[in-house]
Amino acid sequence: MTDTTVLELVSPSALLKSEPVEMVVVPGTDGNFGVLPKHSPMISTIRPGVIDIYAGGKVSERIFVAGGVAEVNPERCTILAEEAVPVADLKADEAQARLEAAEAALKSAETAHDKANAERALDIARAQIQALTN
Amino acid sequence: MASLKDLRSRIASVKSTRKITSAMKMVAASKLRRAQDAAEAARPYAERMGTMLGRLATAVGSNEGAPKLLAGTGKDDVHLLVVFTADRGLCGGFNASIVKAARLKAIALKGEGKTVKIICVGRKGSDALKREFGDNIVARYTGIEGKKGIDFSSATEVADKVLALYDEGEFDVCTIFYNKFVSAISQVATAQQLIPFAGEEVDGEEEATGSSAVYDYEPSEEAILADLLPRNVGVQIFGAMLESSASEHGARMSAMDNATRNAGDMIDRLSIQYNRSRQAQITNELIEIISGAEAL
Repeated sequence: MTDTTVLELVSPSALLKSEPVEMVVVPGTDGNFGVLPKHSPMISTIRPGVIDIYAGGKVSERIFVAGGVAEVNPERCTILAEEAVPVADLKADEAQARLEAAEAALKSAETAHDKANAERALDIARAQIQALTN
Repeated sequence: MASLKDLRSRIASVKSTRKITSAMKMVAASKLRRAQDAAEAARPYAERMGTMLGRLATAVGSNEGAPKLLAGTGKDDVHLLVVFTADRGLCGGFNASIVKAARLKAIALKGEGKTVKIICVGRKGSDALKREFGDNIVARYTGIEGKKGIDFSSATEVADKVLALYDEGEFDVCTIFYNKFVSAISQVATAQQLIPFAGEEVDGEEEATGSSAVYDYEPSEEAILADLLPRNVGVQIFGAMLESSASEHGARMSAMDNATRNAGDMIDRLSIQYNRSRQAQITNELIEIISGAEAL
């Protein structure tokens, strides 16, 4: 396995990662998908979840993303993430606090817009907790 | 003719002013560097978002099902202007130029019989606009720039407000006004249409390499667009905030540089005046003594 594809992970405030990888698994909205070199071009939205970066057939790095979009073409995989944190840096109590805040926001939400926002925050918090448990 | 004591105290006060302005210049210079770095770091995201959106927009075209954020509401009666200024003054023409641009636009729109709504980001803008357009201002945001610079969450806050207003059908077209950072001594007041999305970022080269491949869309073009467009609003606003903040510090730096230089010139002038009048006084006293002695 010498073939690699370039993974670019970009958040609004910085280019977080731009390096060749053997494979990445991206949590797409319609299910996880793995990106290997020479993947056919596609664009997909991402749900809150964990990006797994593989090296030597094993997961070498796990990064939590709070949603975004991914663009894949044969040479590279570009991920635009709204928020990206290595799973190792996530804290269980912070995620729990986030979950509670989101639940409270959902309860007090009045407009449809607020509600949608709160639901999104809730999804993110749940995904964080899930990322921590496995 | 000012007395020697007056001159002395003026020189002292100009000196302390110079100290303040030169300190402010130094602070602005270091903040400028940070703001510039932040603006540059944010560029890749905005660029990629732009190309992706451009590609999607061409794929979806102007279908019936195209999201409102792309196709617009079909009217152009109510305009929303989002004006980005600084919270603080003492930065030369920075705030004035952006306020002027927004004012002209607002007046022109009103002249055409359209309704204008304004969101002010930054205290100076709302201070300057509230006299004339007080009733048109729908929201104000201040304290955007924290200790660590600008956070994406503050951009999301503004974007959420804009999107909520759009969903409620409160406006048809949204334009943002901000100072684009060119260099430390030059900022350009820029107006940019935010809603409906005006795809201009896909340039020829990108088009050639990008569209030759046929993309798969998951879940579907429309769903991705519906997800991306609101996000793009946030990104554009974030970009405007960063540009504006870099411009602000640049403008402040050059304004303070000028002020420091002017203070130096003033000190020189006052010192000459002080020395001359002191000399004149001494001469006068001497003449008095001599003529007094001669009279004896």
